Amino acid sequence: MLLNKPGKKIILLGNEAIVRGALEAGVQFVSTYPGTPASDIGDTFFRIGKSAGVYFEYSTNEKVALEAGVGASFSGLKTLVAMKDFGLNVCLDALGPFVYTGSKGPTVIIVADDPSCHSSAQWEEGTRAISYLTHIPTLEPADPQECKEFTKLAFQISERFKIPVMIRTTTRVAHQRAPVRISNIEYRISNKGRFVKDPRRFVTLPPRVMEMKKELLEKIEKIQTFSEHSKINQINRFPKSISGTGIITSGIGYLYVKEALKDLNLNLPVLKLGFFYPLPEKKIKDFISRAPRQRGEARDESKALSDQKLKKVLIVEELEPYLEKEVERLAKEANCKLKITGKELISEVGELKPEIITLAIAKFANCKLKIENSLKIRNWKLKIPKRFPQLCPGCPYWFVFSAIKKAVDPEKVVFGGDIGCYMLFGLPPLKIQDFLSCMGSSLGIAHGVKKATDQKLITFIGDGTFFHAGIPALINTIYNKSNPLIIILDNGTTAMTGHQPHPGAPATPNGIRIENVVKGCGVKNLRVIDPINQKEFVAAVKEFLNKKEVSVIIARRPCVQIKR
Amino acid sequence: MLLVGTGGQGQITLLQILSEAALIEEKEIKTSELHGLSQRGGSVEVHIRFGKEIYSPLISQGKADLVLGLEMQEALRAYPLASPKTTFLVNRQIVPIPLVKNLTEEEVLKNLKKISKNVILVPASEICKKELGKEVVAGIYLISLAAFKKLIPIKPASILKAVKKIIPSRYLKLNIDSFNLAAKLS
Repeated sequence: MLLNKPGKKIILLGNEAIVRGALEAGVQFVSTYPGTPASDIGDTFFRIGKSAGVYFEYSTNEKVALEAGVGASFSGLKTLVAMKDFGLNVCLDALGPFVYTGSKGPTVIIVADDPSCHSSAQWEEGTRAISYLTHIPTLEPADPQECKEFTKLAFQISERFKIPVMIRTTTRVAHQRAPVRISNIEYRISNKGRFVKDPRRFVTLPPRVMEMKKELLEKIEKIQTFSEHSKINQINRFPKSISGTGIITSGIGYLYVKEALKDLNLNLPVLKLGFFYPLPEKKIKDFISRAPRQRGEARDESKALSDQKLKKVLIVEELEPYLEKEVERLAKEANCKLKITGKELISEVGELKPEIITLAIAKFANCKLKIENSLKIRNWKLKIPKRFPQLCPGCPYWFVFSAIKKAVDPEKVVFGGDIGCYMLFGLPPLKIQDFLSCMGSSLGIAHGVKKATDQKLITFIGDGTFFHAGIPALINTIYNKSNPLIIILDNGTTAMTGHQPHPGAPATPNGIRIENVVKGCGVKNLRVIDPINQKEFVAAVKEFLNKKEVSVIIARRPCVQIKR
Repeated sequence: MLLVGTGGQGQITLLQILSEAALIEEKEIKTSELHGLSQRGGSVEVHIRFGKEIYSPLISQGKADLVLGLEMQEALRAYPLASPKTTFLVNRQIVPIPLVKNLTEEEVLKNLKKISKNVILVPASEICKKELGKEVVAGIYLISLAAFKKLIPIKPASILKAVKKIIPSRYLKLNIDSFNLAAKLS
């Protein structure tokens, strides 16, 4: 990662290429909260940060991570903040004002979506909506080389326009490995910045905040002009003769389009958008109103008659049809007869796959798809038993599960779940999870259920998740007086995302003990138990389920992967 | 090439070795993998594409030239990506899925042969356990075997070089022994 041989190719994961890009851009301050598919960014900085002279931290949650980044940026440092899609929701409150104030030290925010929810239980999020909501300039790379280049470009845009820039990846970009041509790493002599007072810039208060919005929109207009000329929005050369058919795509979709055109032996013009926000509207209009023509032929505006314009365009984009809607809007001005196809052929649900795009393009361009023998195989109805993920052999959570089964009749208790390995409580053979939502929600929802019903309730939350978003909900439970039994599964690490440390981890020298937090909030029914002591655990569960106030059991036993 | 197995069989390491080996030969390569919870003992499938003009990191349905299975049921699960042209190089091992009726070796083999005539079943785990005392290097054994049998466009020598670069020194000898075992038996 720290190899400094410009021009050499090294194998990098998309996420590692982002790290490399940031190093080449001279990043000084990095904060993150781990979450797949973005975790490798933080983990790589955790490993090499010191030797690269970069300040790095795992923050308590994404909001705090971004706020730390905002502080570093206000103090003039080149800053990177990374998180998964849901993390961006957690820090949205801080992101909005930051786009208004703008960055001082150039700042790049990386966010990784997970279409098909491979490692994201909650919902299939497309964070591009947040680009519109906050007006944050957003770039979408397709492969590791672009991950690196776009990161560097994002820092340049941020430096030039004094605005944070977001890079949005998806699982298949972030976890794509390929050779990447590297450039020089820019080492900074110091990571010390200076906060220069400038309340007009850093304080968002009315009436100034309304001016800020106006200034932001003016900035976006300038960035749009920049986007119009940017090489990352590329139009493939128009082929000689194709009946007015084109494709507009971005991110991973572009790679599947290229693959499909090769497979189908088609030569269609493709507009690949590196910018998602602001979109290069002129370039798009130009693309959809341009007639197919001879290579090298000069363009003659006066000849741009409607019958020479692109007749139909396929929008290849993952998840929600934002590009499709934008193209529809632009076509009204540029080419009102244009037929726009997108979600009609490509589902809004689930990630894109190469065969989906090949099929869509074949249909769209009316070309025959060779039906391979494999199709027959695909229609097989073969029963292969499903292999669900499992808690590791020796996982401390097995002991907790076992104690719960001994202590209560699972049918008579409502079980709350949260985000961590213990989500597997919802799968066979365990099946003790009656609701599951977002980070920290097990406590918040448990309180609501307890207030609304007279049912017994046990809710689980991991140590990392407790620090991330559990504490305010615990306080609410106490303040508004409900009595769930909260079991904090303390395995001393952020296990699911790759064993990152957290504030309560035993290895943390200034570690914060969870029991001190719980006690400090005023919880009286509190036990810390190693779940291997089944008798004690079972007795505590039975006793606490009958309490009138909230109860907490901290099930403390280190993750089996760490012990090894 | 599709590399399939169950979580914890070292797919990501094998992926790193193959990528590095391709880089040594200055070949284009693209891979796709998944991280996170799905890896905890679930089905794990990684895609590796060698060749010229590779765009997609994912293999299209029916386009896998090689399915390398570290576990038999997982090899069969890859069937949508296979075709009669696909070669299956499969470790003769069933990692049982708890609480359900598992397929037997015979059932898997019968079905694999329905897809393609090119099914190579190798008791890699058994060989590695017997010869080296460790099943865990069955993956190295199988990718080495794939190189020796020219099922992948990578020279065995490049695999060895990549192993030396990727594997931490304390496990290196075991991995090289596994490579040599594949060399001897192929």
